[in-house]
Amino acid sequence: MSDIQPIVMPKWGLAMEEGALTSWLVASGAEIEKGQEIAEIETSKLANVFESPASGTLRRLVAKEGAVLPVGALLAVLAPMSVSDADIDSFVAGFVVEGPADGAAAGAPVERKLERSGRTLVFKGAGLQNSATPVVLIHGFGGDSDNWLFNIDELAKSRPVYAIDLPGHGKSGKTLATGDLSELAQAVADLIDETGAPKVHLVGHSLGGAVAFQILRDHPERVASVAGIAPVGFDDRVNAEFVEGFIAAQKRKDVKTALQLLLSDPELVSSQMIEGVLRFKRIEGAKEALRAIADRNLPSGRQTASFRDLVQENRVPVMIVWGGRDAILSPAAVDGLPGSVEVVRLENAGHMPHLEAAGAVNSKLAGFFEAADRQ
Amino acid sequence: MSKKSYREAIREAIAGEMRRDPRVIVIGEDVSGGTGAPGEQDAWGGPLGVTKGLYPEFGAERVLDTPISEGAFIGAAAGAAATGLRPVAELMFVDFMGVCFDQIFNQAAKFRYMFGGKAVTPLVIRTMYGAGFRAASQHSQCLYPLFTHIPGLKVVLPSSPYEAKGLLIQAIRDDDPVIFFEHKVMYDDTADVPDESYTIPFGEANITREGKDATIVAFGRMVNFANQAADDLKREGVSATVIDPRTTSPLDTETILDSVSETGRLVVVDEAHPRCSMAADIARLVAEEAFGDLKAPIKTVTAPHTPVPFSAALEDIYVPSPARIRDAVLTIARGRA
Repeated sequence: MSDIQPIVMPKWGLAMEEGALTSWLVASGAEIEKGQEIAEIETSKLANVFESPASGTLRRLVAKEGAVLPVGALLAVLAPMSVSDADIDSFVAGFVVEGPADGAAAGAPVERKLERSGRTLVFKGAGLQNSATPVVLIHGFGGDSDNWLFNIDELAKSRPVYAIDLPGHGKSGKTLATGDLSELAQAVADLIDETGAPKVHLVGHSLGGAVAFQILRDHPERVASVAGIAPVGFDDRVNAEFVEGFIAAQKRKDVKTALQLLLSDPELVSSQMIEGVLRFKRIEGAKEALRAIADRNLPSGRQTASFRDLVQENRVPVMIVWGGRDAILSPAAVDGLPGSVEVVRLENAGHMPHLEAAGAVNSKLAGFFEAADRQ
Repeated sequence: MSKKSYREAIREAIAGEMRRDPRVIVIGEDVSGGTGAPGEQDAWGGPLGVTKGLYPEFGAERVLDTPISEGAFIGAAAGAAATGLRPVAELMFVDFMGVCFDQIFNQAAKFRYMFGGKAVTPLVIRTMYGAGFRAASQHSQCLYPLFTHIPGLKVVLPSSPYEAKGLLIQAIRDDDPVIFFEHKVMYDDTADVPDESYTIPFGEANITREGKDATIVAFGRMVNFANQAADDLKREGVSATVIDPRTTSPLDTETILDSVSETGRLVVVDEAHPRCSMAADIARLVAEEAFGDLKAPIKTVTAPHTPVPFSAALEDIYVPSPARIRDAVLTIARGRA
């Protein structure tokens, strides 16, 4: 029986309890690779492609298209052809959905609040019992820790994961001193202190990428590696239509237009994502915080930070991941970087490869951290 | 952020605005309770405890208990609003509004217009509505269509604790009279509500479910029933969009018409009686503006044209249910193209 691997309904984010299997993208009998897009799944919050968590021969599609199933429910069965149909039948018949209690006991994400440097910081933590070098995830402009919902659980399998809400964002305090990179980096440094680890791996998306490199500049002794996902700080331009559109948007339609620039498939922008952004922007001080951060770091379609010199110094392992269809920051920014920087280009992803090609990004990150840990 | 009840969300909105703006006052029957009886202030905090805790913090000058005289204190609140305060009046049950229609319909609603736009009337009237509380026909009505009918009033129907806090802060900061409808069986509903202050603009609908086969427009408590129906329908292979207009006046007609142009089917869910209701109003809107988009007749799910029954068994049948909403959608979505 150990040759039989179940593929189950994933849990995308703290709130997800069930999902609808909208369609299968593979047929029974297919050979599938880990990370291959095998189905489309929709939750009350979002719709996305589901990447296979394992490789093997797809022997059975258990879930029917259109079925609404709880997290952990059996979707399909992988097994070599040597396993008999009868064994697969009995595996399917005997499959038990693991209750949420099991996940909670074993390091499921928790949300915590810190008061540091006069600020309220909120972060999600997962796998915190693990003693490996932790990873700190830093979202981009206008985002929050939920941007990492396809990454937190996967990365937490091998190390503690901390996902911060930057100052002015998510559930963290909205009051900023200036909104410059040093202020954002100081907040992340406060969280690094909280991890209790001497060093951490930093993963930063977009403006959060610039924050990660700023920490490398300000506190190099605390950094084991930096992975930038479409990071700010390697080019001089940014799509002002997005930055200004996102700040100005008050109505659903305008938020949708701005969010669609982030993804290569605009259909993925759901009503719940739009309402989530509006909920953030309605909070007193949020718009002012966005304005201040944009004015300091992304004024009039320009980027003020540059970390090209910093990565030349080759202080720690650096990886840069970019979507080939990024409409916010050009992937050409990686041109001319030193050979020590590992560049990963995901052709079909837009500005959010950690969401659009989560499986590929997760496995690249996991391998990168392991290599960095050995140094 | 933490889980808060509808009741706590409303209280947090009022208390936050009272701290922010000294012109905000609370006035109504039993909003403190026991005034004049030593040691019993803050005994009640409104009939269902919503304003409990305001009296000890803000005192008798800003939390005013009134006699049982709706006409008098609603009139006083309208006058106070016209002369510089921002009163939040509580009129226990919307069923009692009849005795203050002149103060609301003919005075507060008309001030801005009659004084050539020079007068503002930042008045909020909070009131309980809705059936399901075993409170019989004189304490269970859904009279928001009456107020929606009157130009000059804004009418708000929060469908969750999150909505209640943001819409009430918006109402208190608004310079026009706002009638704020709280469904009395929802006070113990809980949801994530930010600790910070936030406002939800009037006239902008929320989309709580997305689907392609039908549009369900629902108000107040019915939004939750419509969401349940949409979730059930999904299991049967029918996907429905659910729209919560949040306010009946102003009304976000654009979101409704855009959705109907995508789905071609409309079900309106309204806990009020069917005649001259929001159900009738939205059906009129779509029939007039989007007839060419419709692939099936418009359906409405409402209470019947009868008083709310006191019999528990009859009251349960009286209120629209998720099952009735589901059936209405299936009636027009079956055999869909």
